[in-house]
Amino acid sequence: MALDTAQLTIRRAASRFTDSIDGPLFALSVVLVGIGLVTLYSASYEYPARVTAQLANLAVAFTAMWLIAQASPQTLMRFAVPVYFFGILLLVAVALFGDVANGARRWLHVGVTRFQPSEMMKIAMPLMLAWYFHRHEATLRALDFIVAGLLLLVPVLLIARQPDLGTAVLVLAAGCYVIFFAGLSWKVIAGLVVVGIGALFPLWGMLHDYQRRRVLTLLDPTTDPLGAGYHIIQSTIAVGSGGILGKGWLRGTQTHLEFIPERHTDFIFAVFSEEFGLAGNCVLLLLYLLLIARGLMIAANAPTFFSRLLAGAVTLIFFTYAFVNMGMVSGILPVVGVPLPFVSYGGTALATLFVGIGILMSIHRHRKLVQT
Amino acid sequence: MRLTELKNHERELYYFQLRIGAAGIAVLIAFGILFARFFYLQVIQRDYYHTKAEDNRISIVPIPPNRGLILDRNGVVLARNYSAYTLEIMPAKVSDLESTINGLAEVVDIQPRDRSRFKKLLAETRNADSLPIRTRLTDEEVARFAANRYRFAGVEIKARLFRQYPFEALASHVIGYIGRINDKDQERLAEQGVDANYRGTDFIGKSGLEGSYQNELHGTTGIEQVEIDAGGRGIRTLSRTPALAGNDITLALDIKLQQVAESSFGDRRGALVALDPSNGGVLAFVSKPGYDPNLFVEGIDPQSWAELNNSPDRPLNNRAINGLYPPGSTFKPFLALAALETGKRKPAQAIFDPGHFDFGGRRFRDDKIGGHGTVDMYRSIVESCDTYYYILSNDMGIDLIARSIAPFGFGSRTGIDLDGESAGILPSPEWKRKRFRKPEQQKWYAGETISIGIGQGYNAYTPMQLAQATAAIANNGVLYKPHLVNYVDNQRTNTRRTIEPELSRKIPFQPEHVEFIKKAMAGVNTAGTGARAFAGAQYTSGGKTGTAQVIAIKANEKYIEKNVAERHRDHSLFIAFAPLENPKIALAVIVENGGFGARAAAPIARAVLDYYLLGKTPPEPKQVPVIETLKEGASD
Repeated sequence: MALDTAQLTIRRAASRFTDSIDGPLFALSVVLVGIGLVTLYSASYEYPARVTAQLANLAVAFTAMWLIAQASPQTLMRFAVPVYFFGILLLVAVALFGDVANGARRWLHVGVTRFQPSEMMKIAMPLMLAWYFHRHEATLRALDFIVAGLLLLVPVLLIARQPDLGTAVLVLAAGCYVIFFAGLSWKVIAGLVVVGIGALFPLWGMLHDYQRRRVLTLLDPTTDPLGAGYHIIQSTIAVGSGGILGKGWLRGTQTHLEFIPERHTDFIFAVFSEEFGLAGNCVLLLLYLLLIARGLMIAANAPTFFSRLLAGAVTLIFFTYAFVNMGMVSGILPVVGVPLPFVSYGGTALATLFVGIGILMSIHRHRKLVQT
Repeated sequence: MRLTELKNHERELYYFQLRIGAAGIAVLIAFGILFARFFYLQVIQRDYYHTKAEDNRISIVPIPPNRGLILDRNGVVLARNYSAYTLEIMPAKVSDLESTINGLAEVVDIQPRDRSRFKKLLAETRNADSLPIRTRLTDEEVARFAANRYRFAGVEIKARLFRQYPFEALASHVIGYIGRINDKDQERLAEQGVDANYRGTDFIGKSGLEGSYQNELHGTTGIEQVEIDAGGRGIRTLSRTPALAGNDITLALDIKLQQVAESSFGDRRGALVALDPSNGGVLAFVSKPGYDPNLFVEGIDPQSWAELNNSPDRPLNNRAINGLYPPGSTFKPFLALAALETGKRKPAQAIFDPGHFDFGGRRFRDDKIGGHGTVDMYRSIVESCDTYYYILSNDMGIDLIARSIAPFGFGSRTGIDLDGESAGILPSPEWKRKRFRKPEQQKWYAGETISIGIGQGYNAYTPMQLAQATAAIANNGVLYKPHLVNYVDNQRTNTRRTIEPELSRKIPFQPEHVEFIKKAMAGVNTAGTGARAFAGAQYTSGGKTGTAQVIAIKANEKYIEKNVAERHRDHSLFIAFAPLENPKIALAVIVENGGFGARAAAPIARAVLDYYLLGKTPPEPKQVPVIETLKEGASD
């Protein structure tokens, strides 16, 4: 009897603990992370401690996810404005006092560690815009879209100036998704696309030399085989030589002869693709597709304007990560610093992604609460 | 009302879900493109890429070039190379550095200073793939490590080239030193677009000639194409473009003369520059104290670094080109020549010196109590009469002084082939306006002009500038840019490039004016303040003593040396050239806190001139033994 009560209490406590966790989302992200660890082991054979380090990153990321999942969307909404402006403040601080690494000013020293404030903008941006549109839901006018555009452009330009094109693209995309879901008219979207293409030319002039080189070498990597083209040539060889079934785990020659640069971070997909081939790629695509589908489903069923916009945007950020990364590694998109979501090594990106998952879980869990 | 709201809500949800659908379709299309790309690469083009990957078995290994030698004017080697085995750790491939080093310490001798040096290197160079924990391993240590190699992943023995400076601290400020390429160097090399030529090179010139002639000394990096097996180990060399050794540089400097000069300083601090007036060649270049550049080669350990960096003697400071000193009375011949040239004085024009000059309620004292009496220009130089120059500078005014002194090169960089030379301060109202910010500080006071005349006040010049100005008098107004290097030799093509003397400027002195000043300076060494130091010299010479105040002495106070702390004592200066008729050498000496110019600095000048003109042989400079270099071919 007493044993039963104890069991019940434990079960209750456990269910309290897991209540907020959405099964499908959690399962999908865990499988992706597992693929990541397996690939990471192969990519860093010379330094196995990286796998352990990634496990530690994972613990942090899971905690972040769980905490966010506990919160209600209303709580998240309260954080939107302070987090956004705090982020802007940090970006300005980076521009003024940041550390320079690889020719870019991205890092801010906080005590003993360095971190990239631009990273938090990937979440803060959609949060802020979703909050803004939610507040003006009843009276949405053209002016609101212009204000949203400005709220979006300020951090994007600050990040692009660092220069960190990869993060700028992701933050820009995140903001655009919110604006799109908020109902920007198709005519305006078409108009913006036309203007955007027209603006490519002056934008080209604003790019840094190394960014231009990356775009140019994408068009013809052989022009710079030892410099910027090297990444693309070697990663394309890795992907292509993988064939249908791949060379097998730990047997990728491109990987193990150190021909793939950044092979545990941004170019980990080349390692995966070489060792697991087209079959592995299809599995990966499918997993991402399922994750995105689940996210969009949550968005479609979300009760409030805020949670709908946020869920939709966060889901599409996952998509953008995956598409841009696989596109650049396989040589159809320029090399910008975007990791493969849930797979690449790196604590910051992993934490950001799982915060996103946590947001989706929170929205899903509270889908009925408001309606009653 | 509620119904429409609900309807609106449903419509809104419907539109939103439409957009979700649109997004879903976009995602499917994008993933479809990716799939098509994968299919193209991995199925259609698979064979092509497979062959490419198979061919990808060639690794390109850079071969660092031998660094050029530095030789003195007689071919004595001042900087040479040797190769030795080093034990290197690849930090990226070692998970626990501390325990790896502890393990290594059981196999080879690793001292605490080796550890602290390694830590310093690790902190300075973030992207280095390999850093030394021990250098110059003995054969026995190499063998012991080889037997234990399996225990240490990410640790390797490598044959590396090192630099050796056989004369240790002698001429250290001329030669400088090399050190490991750090992140800052790397950035600079990338900016210059030469980083590719530094692949495989660990060291770069940091100071002295090693720094300023880095591009000549470095050479061209070679390339070896090596076929590697699936494990990444080299199987055979496919092709080899040998490295081209850097150029040797031969100096105008004579290391024996340098030795004479440095040993005459003893333990005293100071600087000496000796020039060949006819071409600007630097014959001796002393900055005391020096330091042992060998300490820097393998990366200086923090303790030695702290000792050098915190010493009150500031041994790392190159006093010859960065030390700024008031010239004191050595300034007088230059001002006298300027007065002749501008017509402000005639040689015979005399003043009466009562032992002081009063101006604006202040009394400017002469060194000689009671004064020199009636003094013309000749006596003013030979006896170093201050009052003569108080009156002269008052008559000339600061603007004319600044204008007519500048051509000697005072207050502007000489352009010597070393980096980071100081410009010195040629005082003028304009300089003061720029230098100070408060209006009351910016104003030039007439009283300030008076002490300028005896080389005090704001006057501050490098010993290099003082030597150059002395050479200008010796060479009748023709100034050459001082240069340490005479020749750059390419050993491979056996060609020699001569660094041609470069004319800085020609000052159009009236010949009789320069002759007069030279005669007066000769008088200094025969009958004046320099006579004692030059007693019995077997050659003719011109000179001038100088004593520069370090602290201000109050108007009615007498400077008594023994009452003043050592570091606040006057600096002792001497300038000289010889022989009088056809000067072969011109020099400037400063002995910090040496007191009266004739006592400390003049004997050093005498010793240098004696050796240079008479060949009075000094003891051979001490050299460290040559480190035996590894046999050819041992470098793999």
